[in-house]
Amino acid sequence: MSDLRELYQQTIIDHNRKPRNFHPMPDADHHAKGHNPLCGDRLELYLKMDGNRISDASFTGVGCAISTASASMMTEAIKGRTLDEVKTLYSHFHTLLTTPMHKPVSTDGLDKLEVFSGVREFPVRVKCATLAWHTLEAAIKDEKSEAKTE
Amino acid sequence: MTHTITSTLNPPASSPWTSADVRVDFPILTSAERPVIYLDNAATSQKPDAVIAATTRYYKTMNANIHRGVYRLSVEATDAYESARAGIAAFIGAGNPREVVFTRGCTEAINLVAMTWGLQNLKPGSTIVLTQMEHHSNIVPWQLVAARTGAKIVVTPVSNDGELDIGAFERLVANGAALVAVTHISNVLGTINPVQDMARIAHRHGALILVDGAQSVAHMPVHVGELGCDFFTFSGHKMCGPTGIGALWARGELLDAMPPYQGGGDMISTVSFEGSTWNMVPHKFEAGTPDIAGAIGLGAAVDYLKRLEMPRIATTEADLLTYAEKAMLTIPGLRLIGQARHKASVISFMLDGIHPHDIGTILDQEHVAIRTGHHCCQPLMDFYHIPATARASLAFYNTQADIDALISGLRRVIEVFR
Repeated sequence: MSDLRELYQQTIIDHNRKPRNFHPMPDADHHAKGHNPLCGDRLELYLKMDGNRISDASFTGVGCAISTASASMMTEAIKGRTLDEVKTLYSHFHTLLTTPMHKPVSTDGLDKLEVFSGVREFPVRVKCATLAWHTLEAAIKDEKSEAKTE
Repeated sequence: MTHTITSTLNPPASSPWTSADVRVDFPILTSAERPVIYLDNAATSQKPDAVIAATTRYYKTMNANIHRGVYRLSVEATDAYESARAGIAAFIGAGNPREVVFTRGCTEAINLVAMTWGLQNLKPGSTIVLTQMEHHSNIVPWQLVAARTGAKIVVTPVSNDGELDIGAFERLVANGAALVAVTHISNVLGTINPVQDMARIAHRHGALILVDGAQSVAHMPVHVGELGCDFFTFSGHKMCGPTGIGALWARGELLDAMPPYQGGGDMISTVSFEGSTWNMVPHKFEAGTPDIAGAIGLGAAVDYLKRLEMPRIATTEADLLTYAEKAMLTIPGLRLIGQARHKASVISFMLDGIHPHDIGTILDQEHVAIRTGHHCCQPLMDFYHIPATARASLAFYNTQADIDALISGLRRVIEVFR
Protein backbone atom coordinates (compact mmCIF):
# COMPACT_ATOMS: atom_id res chain seq x y z
CA MET A 1 0.00 0.00 0.00
CA SER A 2 2.85 2.44 0.77
CA ASP A 3 4.19 2.08 -2.80
CA LEU A 4 0.70 2.69 -4.11
CA ARG A 5 0.36 5.87 -2.08
CA GLU A 6 3.72 6.95 -3.49
CA LEU A 7 2.38 6.41 -6.99
CA TYR A 8 -1.14 7.70 -6.49
CA GLN A 9 -0.37 10.75 -4.40
CA GLN A 10 -3.35 12.91 -3.51
CA THR A 11 -2.25 15.61 -5.98
CA ILE A 12 -2.32 13.05 -8.80
CA ILE A 13 -5.73 11.73 -7.79
CA ASP A 14 -6.98 15.32 -7.63
CA HIS A 15 -5.66 16.27 -11.08
CA ASN A 16 -7.08 13.05 -12.52
CA ARG A 17 -10.50 13.86 -11.12
CA LYS A 18 -10.40 17.55 -12.09
CA PRO A 19 -7.86 18.02 -14.87
CA ARG A 20 -6.73 21.64 -15.28
CA ASN A 21 -6.63 23.31 -18.71
CA PHE A 22 -8.77 20.47 -20.01
CA HIS A 23 -10.38 21.90 -23.13
CA PRO A 24 -9.69 22.28 -26.83
CA MET A 25 -8.16 25.56 -28.04
CA PRO A 26 -9.50 26.49 -31.49
CA ASP A 27 -7.05 29.37 -31.92
CA ALA A 28 -3.93 27.45 -30.83
CA ASP A 29 -0.64 28.23 -32.57
CA HIS A 30 0.62 24.68 -32.09
CA HIS A 31 -1.25 21.42 -31.81
CA ALA A 32 -0.28 17.73 -31.67
CA LYS A 33 -1.84 14.34 -30.92
CA GLY A 34 -0.29 11.72 -28.65
CA HIS A 35 -1.04 8.03 -28.40
CA ASN A 36 0.15 5.28 -26.10
CA PRO A 37 -0.58 2.12 -28.12
CA LEU A 38 0.03 -0.12 -25.11
CA CYS A 39 -2.98 1.12 -23.17
CA GLY A 40 -4.85 3.08 -25.82
CA ASP A 41 -4.39 6.45 -24.08
CA ARG A 42 -4.87 9.38 -26.43
CA LEU A 43 -4.42 13.06 -25.88
CA GLU A 44 -4.37 16.26 -27.87
CA LEU A 45 -2.25 19.18 -26.79
CA TYR A 46 -2.73 22.85 -27.72
CA LEU A 47 -0.23 25.69 -27.30
CA LYS A 48 -0.40 29.41 -27.77
CA MET A 49 2.93 31.18 -28.17
CA ASP A 50 4.14 34.65 -27.39
CA GLY A 51 7.42 34.73 -29.26
CA ASN A 52 9.58 32.10 -27.65
CA ARG A 53 7.34 31.79 -24.62
CA ILE A 54 4.34 29.49 -24.11
CA SER A 55 1.52 31.82 -23.17
CA ASP A 56 -1.24 29.22 -22.92
CA ALA A 57 -1.56 25.43 -22.95
CA SER A 58 -4.48 23.02 -22.83
CA PHE A 59 -5.28 19.40 -23.56
CA THR A 60 -8.11 16.94 -24.20
CA GLY A 61 -8.21 13.15 -24.31
CA VAL A 62 -8.64 9.92 -22.41
CA GLY A 63 -6.02 8.30 -20.25
CA CYS A 64 -5.15 6.66 -16.97
CA ALA A 65 -4.71 8.67 -13.78
CA ILE A 66 -0.97 9.00 -14.25
CA SER A 67 -1.21 10.21 -17.83
CA THR A 68 -4.14 12.55 -17.18
CA ALA A 69 -2.54 14.08 -14.08
CA SER A 70 0.77 14.40 -15.88
CA ALA A 71 -0.85 16.25 -18.79
CA SER A 72 -2.81 18.46 -16.43
CA MET A 73 0.20 19.39 -14.30
CA MET A 74 2.40 19.82 -17.35
CA THR A 75 0.09 22.41 -18.86
CA GLU A 76 0.22 24.32 -15.58
CA ALA A 77 3.99 24.03 -15.36
CA ILE A 78 4.83 25.17 -18.89
CA LYS A 79 2.58 28.21 -19.07
CA GLY A 80 4.71 31.35 -19.09
CA ARG A 81 7.98 29.50 -19.67
CA THR A 82 10.31 29.86 -22.62
CA LEU A 83 10.96 26.88 -24.86
CA ASP A 84 14.46 26.54 -23.42
CA GLU A 85 13.10 26.50 -19.88
CA VAL A 86 10.54 23.87 -20.88
CA LYS A 87 13.27 21.72 -22.42
CA THR A 88 15.28 21.84 -19.19
CA LEU A 89 12.17 21.05 -17.15
CA TYR A 90 11.39 17.99 -19.28
CA SER A 91 14.96 16.79 -18.95
CA HIS A 92 14.72 17.01 -15.13
CA PHE A 93 11.31 15.34 -15.17
CA HIS A 94 12.58 12.51 -17.33
CA THR A 95 15.56 11.97 -15.03
CA LEU A 96 13.18 11.84 -12.06
CA LEU A 97 11.11 9.10 -13.71
CA THR A 98 13.96 6.95 -14.95
CA THR A 99 16.39 7.02 -12.05
CA PRO A 100 16.35 3.66 -10.23
CA MET A 101 14.78 3.69 -6.78
CA HIS A 102 18.01 2.99 -4.93
CA LYS A 103 19.75 6.01 -6.48
CA PRO A 104 19.25 9.54 -5.19
CA VAL A 105 17.58 11.92 -7.61
CA SER A 106 17.40 15.68 -7.56
CA THR A 107 13.99 17.31 -7.60
CA ASP A 108 15.41 20.80 -8.09
CA GLY A 109 13.20 23.00 -10.18
CA LEU A 110 10.50 20.38 -10.54
CA ASP A 111 8.25 22.00 -7.98
CA LYS A 112 4.84 20.27 -8.00
CA LEU A 113 5.96 17.73 -10.62
CA GLU A 114 7.91 16.04 -7.84
CA VAL A 115 4.74 14.05 -7.03
CA PHE A 116 5.59 11.79 -9.96
CA SER A 117 8.68 10.41 -8.20
CA GLY A 118 6.64 7.33 -7.21
CA VAL A 119 6.39 6.32 -10.87
CA ARG A 120 10.04 5.21 -10.64
CA GLU A 121 8.85 2.18 -8.71
CA PHE A 122 6.58 1.17 -11.63
CA PRO A 123 8.68 1.09 -14.82
CA VAL A 124 5.73 0.04 -17.01
CA ARG A 125 3.97 3.26 -16.03
CA VAL A 126 6.79 5.65 -17.01
CA LYS A 127 5.30 5.97 -20.50
CA CYS A 128 1.99 7.06 -18.99
CA ALA A 129 3.73 9.96 -17.26
CA THR A 130 5.75 10.98 -20.33
CA LEU A 131 2.98 10.79 -22.98
CA ALA A 132 2.02 14.45 -22.47
CA TRP A 133 5.65 15.51 -22.72
CA HIS A 134 6.26 13.53 -25.92
CA THR A 135 3.18 15.21 -27.33
CA LEU A 136 4.49 18.60 -26.20
CA GLU A 137 7.71 18.01 -28.13
CA ALA A 138 5.67 17.14 -31.22
CA ALA A 139 3.46 20.21 -30.77
CA ILE A 140 6.46 22.53 -30.48
CA LYS A 141 7.86 21.09 -33.69
CA ASP A 142 4.31 21.10 -35.10
CA GLU A 143 4.68 17.55 -36.28
CA LYS A 144 1.70 16.28 -38.21
CA SER A 145 2.21 12.66 -37.23
CA GLU A 146 0.99 11.38 -33.89
CA ALA A 147 3.50 11.27 -31.02
CA LYS A 148 3.81 7.73 -29.72
CA THR A 149 5.29 6.29 -26.60
CA GLU A 150 6.23 3.03 -28.33
CA MET B 1 10.17 -33.36 -9.22
CA THR B 2 9.66 -37.02 -10.00
CA HIS B 3 6.76 -37.43 -7.61
CA THR B 4 4.83 -34.53 -9.11
CA ILE B 5 5.28 -35.93 -12.61
CA THR B 6 3.93 -39.23 -11.39
CA SER B 7 0.95 -37.49 -9.88
CA THR B 8 0.07 -35.79 -13.17
CA LEU B 9 0.67 -38.94 -15.18
CA ASN B 10 -1.64 -40.85 -12.86
CA PRO B 11 -4.34 -38.31 -12.20
CA PRO B 12 -7.58 -38.88 -10.39
CA ALA B 13 -8.78 -40.06 -13.81
CA SER B 14 -12.43 -39.30 -14.38
CA SER B 15 -12.92 -39.02 -10.64
CA PRO B 16 -14.28 -35.66 -9.58
CA TRP B 17 -11.56 -33.08 -9.05
CA THR B 18 -11.62 -29.54 -7.77
CA SER B 19 -9.58 -26.53 -8.81
CA ALA B 20 -7.56 -26.91 -5.63
CA ASP B 21 -6.69 -30.52 -6.57
CA VAL B 22 -5.31 -29.65 -10.02
CA ARG B 23 -3.62 -26.44 -8.92
CA VAL B 24 -0.74 -28.43 -7.45
CA ASP B 25 0.14 -29.60 -10.98
CA PHE B 26 1.21 -26.04 -11.83
CA PRO B 27 4.55 -25.09 -10.24
CA ILE B 28 4.17 -21.36 -10.90
CA LEU B 29 0.87 -21.26 -9.01
CA THR B 30 2.23 -22.95 -5.93
CA SER B 31 5.48 -21.02 -5.53
CA ALA B 32 5.74 -19.70 -1.98
CA GLU B 33 8.39 -17.09 -2.82
CA ARG B 34 6.53 -15.53 -5.71
CA PRO B 35 2.82 -15.71 -5.00
CA VAL B 36 0.58 -15.03 -7.99
CA ILE B 37 -3.15 -15.03 -8.43
CA TYR B 38 -3.19 -15.57 -12.13
CA LEU B 39 -6.29 -14.26 -13.89
CA ASP B 40 -4.88 -13.64 -17.38
CA ASN B 41 -5.60 -17.01 -18.92
CA ALA B 42 -7.00 -15.58 -22.13
CA ALA B 43 -3.51 -14.18 -22.79
CA THR B 44 -1.72 -17.40 -21.95
CA SER B 45 -2.29 -20.35 -19.66
CA GLN B 46 0.09 -21.68 -17.05
CA LYS B 47 1.93 -24.97 -17.67
CA PRO B 48 1.53 -28.17 -15.67
CA ASP B 49 4.53 -30.28 -14.65
CA ALA B 50 3.52 -32.91 -17.22
CA VAL B 51 4.08 -30.46 -20.08
CA ILE B 52 7.32 -29.05 -18.71
CA ALA B 53 8.57 -32.62 -18.15
CA ALA B 54 7.63 -33.77 -21.67
CA THR B 55 9.50 -30.87 -23.24
CA THR B 56 12.54 -31.47 -21.06
CA ARG B 57 12.39 -35.21 -21.71
CA TYR B 58 12.67 -34.62 -25.45
CA TYR B 59 15.80 -32.50 -25.06
CA LYS B 60 17.32 -34.80 -22.45
CA THR B 61 16.61 -38.18 -23.97
CA MET B 62 15.67 -38.02 -27.66
CA ASN B 63 16.92 -34.76 -29.14
CA ALA B 64 17.40 -35.33 -32.87
CA ASN B 65 15.94 -33.97 -36.07
CA ILE B 66 12.84 -35.64 -37.40
CA HIS B 67 11.73 -37.30 -40.64
CA ARG B 68 15.25 -37.98 -41.87
CA GLY B 69 17.65 -39.84 -39.60
CA VAL B 70 17.88 -43.63 -39.80
CA TYR B 71 19.24 -43.82 -36.29
CA ARG B 72 17.34 -44.62 -33.13
CA LEU B 73 17.14 -41.11 -31.65
CA SER B 74 15.72 -39.63 -34.82
CA VAL B 75 13.14 -42.39 -35.04
CA GLU B 76 12.12 -41.80 -31.42
CA ALA B 77 11.89 -38.04 -31.95
CA THR B 78 9.82 -38.54 -35.12
CA ASP B 79 7.51 -40.94 -33.31
CA ALA B 80 7.04 -38.52 -30.42
CA TYR B 81 6.37 -35.61 -32.81
CA GLU B 82 3.89 -37.57 -34.91
CA SER B 83 2.13 -39.12 -31.94
CA ALA B 84 1.69 -35.61 -30.53
CA ARG B 85 0.00 -34.73 -33.84
CA ALA B 86 -2.25 -37.77 -33.54
CA GLY B 87 -3.17 -36.89 -29.95
CA ILE B 88 -4.00 -33.32 -30.91
CA ALA B 89 -6.06 -34.50 -33.88
CA ALA B 90 -8.07 -36.83 -31.65
CA PHE B 91 -8.51 -34.06 -29.07
CA ILE B 92 -10.27 -31.77 -31.55
CA GLY B 93 -12.18 -34.58 -33.26
CA ALA B 94 -10.20 -34.50 -36.49
CA GLY B 95 -10.80 -37.51 -38.71
CA ASN B 96 -7.16 -37.93 -39.62
CA PRO B 97 -3.89 -36.65 -38.07
CA ARG B 98 -2.72 -35.56 -41.53
CA GLU B 99 -5.31 -32.78 -41.32
CA VAL B 100 -3.38 -31.16 -38.46
CA VAL B 101 -0.58 -28.82 -39.52
CA PHE B 102 1.80 -27.56 -36.85
CA THR B 103 2.34 -23.80 -36.88
CA ARG B 104 3.96 -21.28 -34.53
CA GLY B 105 0.56 -20.48 -33.11
CA CYS B 106 -2.97 -19.47 -33.99
CA THR B 107 -1.77 -16.28 -35.67
CA GLU B 108 0.48 -18.18 -38.04
CA ALA B 109 -2.27 -20.70 -38.75
CA ILE B 110 -4.62 -17.91 -39.88
CA ASN B 111 -1.85 -16.30 -41.94
CA LEU B 112 -1.17 -19.67 -43.53
CA VAL B 113 -4.77 -19.98 -44.70
CA ALA B 114 -4.82 -16.36 -45.90
CA MET B 115 -1.60 -16.66 -47.87
CA THR B 116 -2.32 -20.08 -49.41
CA TRP B 117 -6.04 -20.71 -49.76
CA GLY B 118 -6.72 -16.96 -49.82
CA LEU B 119 -4.25 -16.03 -52.55
CA GLN B 120 -5.34 -19.04 -54.59
CA ASN B 121 -9.10 -18.52 -54.32
CA LEU B 122 -9.88 -14.86 -53.64
CA LYS B 123 -10.37 -12.58 -56.61
CA PRO B 124 -11.25 -8.93 -57.17
CA GLY B 125 -14.70 -8.48 -55.66
CA SER B 126 -14.60 -11.64 -53.51
CA THR B 127 -16.01 -11.05 -50.04
CA ILE B 128 -14.50 -12.06 -46.70
CA VAL B 129 -16.96 -11.89 -43.81
CA LEU B 130 -15.43 -11.03 -40.42
CA THR B 131 -17.08 -9.88 -37.19
CA GLN B 132 -16.77 -6.78 -35.03
CA MET B 133 -15.29 -8.86 -32.20
CA GLU B 134 -12.31 -10.37 -34.05
CA HIS B 135 -8.80 -10.28 -32.63
CA HIS B 136 -6.32 -8.34 -34.76
CA SER B 137 -4.86 -11.68 -35.82
CA ASN B 138 -8.14 -12.57 -37.51
CA ILE B 139 -8.39 -9.17 -39.19
CA VAL B 140 -4.96 -8.13 -40.40
CA PRO B 141 -4.07 -11.31 -42.38
CA TRP B 142 -7.32 -10.82 -44.32
CA GLN B 143 -6.50 -7.18 -44.94
CA LEU B 144 -3.13 -8.25 -46.31
CA VAL B 145 -4.67 -10.84 -48.60
CA ALA B 146 -7.48 -8.46 -49.60
CA ALA B 147 -4.92 -5.84 -50.63
CA ARG B 148 -3.21 -8.40 -52.87
CA THR B 149 -6.30 -9.99 -54.40
CA GLY B 150 -8.78 -7.14 -54.57
CA ALA B 151 -11.14 -8.98 -52.23
CA LYS B 152 -13.21 -6.90 -49.84
CA ILE B 153 -13.93 -7.29 -46.13
CA VAL B 154 -17.36 -6.93 -44.56
CA VAL B 155 -18.06 -6.97 -40.84
CA THR B 156 -20.81 -8.74 -38.91
CA PRO B 157 -22.20 -6.35 -36.29
CA VAL B 158 -22.35 -7.13 -32.59
CA SER B 159 -25.04 -6.15 -30.06
CA ASN B 160 -24.41 -4.16 -26.89
CA ASP B 161 -24.53 -7.41 -24.92
CA GLY B 162 -21.77 -8.79 -27.11
CA GLU B 163 -23.70 -11.16 -29.35
CA LEU B 164 -23.36 -11.40 -33.12
CA ASP B 165 -26.31 -10.35 -35.22
CA ILE B 166 -26.87 -13.64 -37.03
CA GLY B 167 -29.56 -12.20 -39.30
CA ALA B 168 -27.11 -9.55 -40.51
CA PHE B 169 -24.45 -12.24 -40.79
CA GLU B 170 -26.62 -14.33 -43.07
CA ARG B 171 -27.37 -11.31 -45.28
CA LEU B 172 -23.63 -10.60 -45.61
CA VAL B 173 -22.87 -14.23 -46.46
CA ALA B 174 -25.80 -14.53 -48.88
CA ASN B 175 -24.36 -11.64 -50.82
CA GLY B 176 -21.85 -13.99 -52.45
CA ALA B 177 -19.22 -14.32 -49.70
CA ALA B 178 -16.22 -16.57 -50.36
CA LEU B 179 -15.04 -16.96 -46.79
CA VAL B 180 -16.19 -16.41 -43.23
CA ALA B 181 -13.56 -15.98 -40.51
CA VAL B 182 -14.95 -15.86 -36.97
CA THR B 183 -13.71 -16.31 -33.46
CA HIS B 184 -15.20 -19.23 -31.54
CA ILE B 185 -14.98 -17.33 -28.25
CA SER B 186 -14.29 -13.61 -27.95
CA ASN B 187 -11.11 -12.88 -26.00
CA VAL B 188 -12.69 -9.64 -24.72
CA LEU B 189 -16.38 -10.41 -24.23
CA GLY B 190 -16.24 -14.14 -23.53
CA THR B 191 -19.08 -14.62 -26.03
CA ILE B 192 -19.33 -18.19 -27.31
CA ASN B 193 -20.39 -17.68 -30.92
CA PRO B 194 -22.85 -20.09 -32.57
CA VAL B 195 -20.21 -21.26 -35.04
CA GLN B 196 -22.09 -24.47 -35.82
CA ASP B 197 -25.05 -22.43 -37.11
CA MET B 198 -22.71 -20.01 -38.82
CA ALA B 199 -20.97 -22.89 -40.61
CA ARG B 200 -24.34 -24.14 -41.87
CA ILE B 201 -25.23 -20.65 -43.10
CA ALA B 202 -21.83 -20.23 -44.77
CA HIS B 203 -22.09 -23.55 -46.55
CA ARG B 204 -25.69 -22.95 -47.60
CA HIS B 205 -24.43 -19.91 -49.51
CA GLY B 206 -21.30 -21.56 -50.87
CA ALA B 207 -18.76 -19.93 -48.54
CA LEU B 208 -16.06 -21.64 -46.51
CA ILE B 209 -15.64 -20.89 -42.80
CA LEU B 210 -12.55 -20.51 -40.64
CA VAL B 211 -13.05 -20.71 -36.89
CA ASP B 212 -10.41 -19.06 -34.66
CA GLY B 213 -10.30 -21.45 -31.72
CA ALA B 214 -7.59 -19.69 -29.70
CA GLN B 215 -9.98 -19.07 -26.80
CA SER B 216 -12.11 -22.20 -27.07
CA VAL B 217 -9.98 -25.36 -27.28
CA ALA B 218 -8.86 -25.18 -23.65
CA HIS B 219 -12.25 -24.24 -22.25
CA MET B 220 -14.91 -26.43 -23.88
CA PRO B 221 -15.13 -29.70 -25.80
CA VAL B 222 -14.29 -29.03 -29.45
CA HIS B 223 -15.11 -31.43 -32.26
CA VAL B 224 -14.27 -29.94 -35.65
CA GLY B 225 -16.53 -32.42 -37.42
CA GLU B 226 -19.53 -31.42 -35.33
CA LEU B 227 -18.74 -27.73 -35.71
CA GLY B 228 -18.83 -28.28 -39.44
CA CYS B 229 -16.14 -25.72 -40.14
CA ASP B 230 -13.52 -25.89 -42.91
CA PHE B 231 -10.54 -24.45 -41.04
CA PHE B 232 -9.91 -24.40 -37.28
CA THR B 233 -6.90 -22.64 -35.77
CA PHE B 234 -5.49 -22.59 -32.25
CA SER B 235 -2.42 -21.89 -30.10
CA GLY B 236 -0.66 -24.31 -27.79
CA HIS B 237 0.25 -21.79 -25.12
CA LYS B 238 -3.35 -20.95 -24.28
CA MET B 239 -4.12 -24.64 -23.63
CA CYS B 240 -1.40 -25.48 -21.09
CA GLY B 241 1.17 -26.12 -23.84
CA PRO B 242 4.41 -24.31 -24.66
CA THR B 243 4.68 -21.00 -26.51
CA GLY B 244 5.73 -21.06 -30.16
CA ILE B 245 3.53 -23.97 -31.20
CA GLY B 246 -0.02 -24.12 -32.48
CA ALA B 247 -1.96 -25.78 -35.22
CA LEU B 248 -4.21 -25.46 -38.21
CA TRP B 249 -6.83 -28.09 -38.80
CA ALA B 250 -8.44 -28.14 -42.24
CA ARG B 251 -10.43 -30.64 -44.23
CA GLY B 252 -7.95 -32.91 -46.03
CA GLU B 253 -9.10 -32.10 -49.55
CA LEU B 254 -8.66 -28.38 -48.87
CA LEU B 255 -5.11 -28.93 -47.64
CA ASP B 256 -4.36 -31.12 -50.65
CA ALA B 257 -5.49 -28.37 -53.04
CA MET B 258 -3.73 -25.50 -51.24
CA PRO B 259 -0.29 -24.37 -52.44
CA PRO B 260 2.64 -24.49 -49.99
CA TYR B 261 3.04 -21.70 -47.43
CA GLN B 262 6.82 -21.57 -47.06
CA GLY B 263 9.52 -23.37 -49.04
CA GLY B 264 12.36 -25.35 -47.52
CA GLY B 265 13.39 -28.74 -46.26
CA ASP B 266 10.80 -31.37 -45.32
CA MET B 267 8.03 -29.75 -47.36
CA ILE B 268 9.35 -31.08 -50.66
CA SER B 269 9.22 -34.41 -52.40
CA THR B 270 11.87 -33.71 -55.05
CA VAL B 271 13.97 -30.64 -55.77
CA SER B 272 15.77 -29.76 -58.99
CA PHE B 273 16.62 -26.43 -60.56
CA GLU B 274 13.98 -27.12 -63.19
CA GLY B 275 11.34 -27.34 -60.51
CA SER B 276 10.33 -29.02 -57.28
CA THR B 277 7.45 -31.17 -56.14
CA TRP B 278 5.74 -31.05 -52.79
CA ASN B 279 5.64 -33.49 -49.96
CA MET B 280 2.24 -34.81 -48.92
CA VAL B 281 0.00 -33.10 -46.41
CA PRO B 282 0.65 -32.02 -43.66
CA HIS B 283 4.40 -31.94 -44.33
CA LYS B 284 3.83 -29.72 -47.38
CA PHE B 285 3.08 -26.93 -44.88
CA GLU B 286 5.89 -27.61 -42.42
CA ALA B 287 9.04 -26.27 -44.08
CA GLY B 288 12.23 -26.47 -42.05
CA THR B 289 12.87 -28.06 -38.69
CA PRO B 290 9.71 -27.46 -36.68
CA ASP B 291 9.37 -26.77 -32.97
CA ILE B 292 9.73 -30.45 -32.10
CA ALA B 293 9.87 -29.92 -28.34
CA GLY B 294 6.90 -27.58 -28.56
CA ALA B 295 4.82 -30.10 -30.49
CA ILE B 296 5.66 -32.83 -27.97
CA GLY B 297 4.82 -30.42 -25.15
CA LEU B 298 1.50 -29.62 -26.79
CA GLY B 299 0.83 -33.34 -27.11
CA ALA B 300 1.40 -33.65 -23.36
CA ALA B 301 -0.92 -30.69 -22.77
CA VAL B 302 -3.83 -32.29 -24.63
CA ASP B 303 -3.18 -35.56 -22.76
CA TYR B 304 -3.40 -33.58 -19.54
CA LEU B 305 -6.63 -31.82 -20.55
CA LYS B 306 -8.11 -35.11 -21.77
CA ARG B 307 -7.51 -36.71 -18.39
CA LEU B 308 -9.31 -33.84 -16.68
CA GLU B 309 -12.11 -34.19 -19.26
CA MET B 310 -13.18 -31.13 -21.20
CA PRO B 311 -16.85 -31.17 -20.12
CA ARG B 312 -15.69 -31.10 -16.50
CA ILE B 313 -13.29 -28.24 -17.23
CA ALA B 314 -16.14 -26.35 -18.88
CA THR B 315 -18.51 -26.79 -15.92
CA THR B 316 -15.79 -25.93 -13.40
CA GLU B 317 -15.10 -22.69 -15.26
CA ALA B 318 -18.81 -21.95 -15.68
CA ASP B 319 -19.30 -22.22 -11.91
CA LEU B 320 -16.31 -19.94 -11.33
CA LEU B 321 -17.67 -17.43 -13.83
CA THR B 322 -21.03 -17.31 -12.05
CA TYR B 323 -19.32 -16.89 -8.68
CA ALA B 324 -17.01 -14.18 -10.02
CA GLU B 325 -19.61 -12.11 -11.87
CA LYS B 326 -21.98 -12.19 -8.92
CA ALA B 327 -19.25 -10.98 -6.58
CA MET B 328 -17.97 -8.35 -9.01
CA LEU B 329 -21.41 -6.82 -9.43
CA THR B 330 -21.39 -6.00 -5.70
CA ILE B 331 -18.55 -3.55 -6.38
CA PRO B 332 -19.98 -0.05 -6.73
CA GLY B 333 -19.49 1.46 -10.19
CA LEU B 334 -18.42 -1.81 -11.80
CA ARG B 335 -19.79 -2.48 -15.27
CA LEU B 336 -19.35 -5.71 -17.21
CA ILE B 337 -18.51 -5.44 -20.92
CA GLY B 338 -19.99 -8.47 -22.62
CA GLN B 339 -23.04 -10.25 -21.25
CA ALA B 340 -23.84 -12.76 -23.94
CA ARG B 341 -26.19 -15.60 -23.02
CA HIS B 342 -23.52 -18.13 -23.92
CA LYS B 343 -20.39 -16.91 -22.28
CA ALA B 344 -17.01 -18.38 -21.36
CA SER B 345 -14.98 -17.39 -18.32
CA VAL B 346 -13.63 -14.12 -19.72
CA ILE B 347 -14.76 -11.06 -17.77
CA SER B 348 -14.10 -7.61 -19.19
CA PHE B 349 -15.09 -4.77 -16.92
CA MET B 350 -14.84 -1.06 -16.24
CA LEU B 351 -14.83 0.81 -12.94
CA ASP B 352 -16.56 4.16 -12.96
CA GLY B 353 -14.01 6.97 -13.32
CA ILE B 354 -10.99 4.69 -12.97
CA HIS B 355 -8.88 3.79 -15.97
CA PRO B 356 -8.19 0.05 -16.51
CA HIS B 357 -4.45 0.66 -16.44
CA ASP B 358 -4.69 2.01 -12.89
CA ILE B 359 -6.81 -0.98 -11.87
CA GLY B 360 -4.12 -3.32 -13.24
CA THR B 361 -1.29 -1.62 -11.36
CA ILE B 362 -3.12 -1.62 -8.04
CA LEU B 363 -4.23 -5.25 -8.37
CA ASP B 364 -0.65 -6.23 -9.17
CA GLN B 365 0.37 -4.89 -5.76
CA GLU B 366 -1.98 -7.54 -4.36
CA HIS B 367 -0.32 -10.15 -6.62
CA VAL B 368 -3.46 -10.34 -8.75
CA ALA B 369 -2.55 -10.52 -12.45
CA ILE B 370 -5.20 -9.28 -14.86
CA ARG B 371 -4.94 -7.82 -18.34
CA THR B 372 -5.73 -4.21 -19.18
CA GLY B 373 -5.81 -2.55 -22.56
CA HIS B 374 -7.49 -3.08 -25.91
CA HIS B 375 -6.69 -6.83 -25.97
CA CYS B 376 -5.72 -6.65 -29.66
CA CYS B 377 -9.34 -5.80 -30.46
CA GLN B 378 -9.28 -2.11 -31.34
CA PRO B 379 -12.35 -2.28 -33.62
CA LEU B 380 -14.35 -3.76 -30.73
CA MET B 381 -13.13 -1.00 -28.36
CA ASP B 382 -14.25 1.55 -30.96
CA PHE B 383 -17.68 -0.10 -31.11
CA TYR B 384 -18.11 0.31 -27.34
CA HIS B 385 -16.50 3.78 -27.39
CA ILE B 386 -13.97 2.78 -24.77
CA PRO B 387 -10.18 2.98 -24.97
CA ALA B 388 -9.58 -0.17 -22.97
CA THR B 389 -11.05 -2.63 -20.51
CA ALA B 390 -9.78 -4.49 -17.48
CA ARG B 391 -10.10 -8.22 -18.03
CA ALA B 392 -10.04 -11.16 -15.66
CA SER B 393 -9.99 -14.48 -17.52
CA LEU B 394 -10.35 -17.69 -15.56
CA ALA B 395 -9.08 -21.23 -15.98
CA PHE B 396 -9.99 -24.50 -14.31
CA TYR B 397 -7.10 -24.14 -11.86
CA ASN B 398 -8.44 -20.87 -10.49
CA THR B 399 -10.26 -21.11 -7.18
CA GLN B 400 -12.96 -19.13 -5.43
CA ALA B 401 -10.16 -17.81 -3.22
CA ASP B 402 -8.57 -16.29 -6.35
CA ILE B 403 -11.83 -14.51 -7.09
CA ASP B 404 -12.07 -13.32 -3.48
CA ALA B 405 -8.57 -11.84 -3.84
CA LEU B 406 -9.68 -10.06 -7.03
CA ILE B 407 -12.71 -8.62 -5.24
CA SER B 408 -10.72 -7.38 -2.27
CA GLY B 409 -8.18 -5.93 -4.73
CA LEU B 410 -10.95 -4.07 -6.54
CA ARG B 411 -12.16 -2.64 -3.25
CA ARG B 412 -8.60 -1.46 -2.65
CA VAL B 413 -8.64 0.22 -6.08
CA ILE B 414 -11.73 2.18 -5.13
CA GLU B 415 -10.16 3.11 -1.79
CA VAL B 416 -7.07 4.54 -3.53
CA PHE B 417 -9.23 6.61 -5.84
CA ARG B 418 -11.71 7.78 -3.23
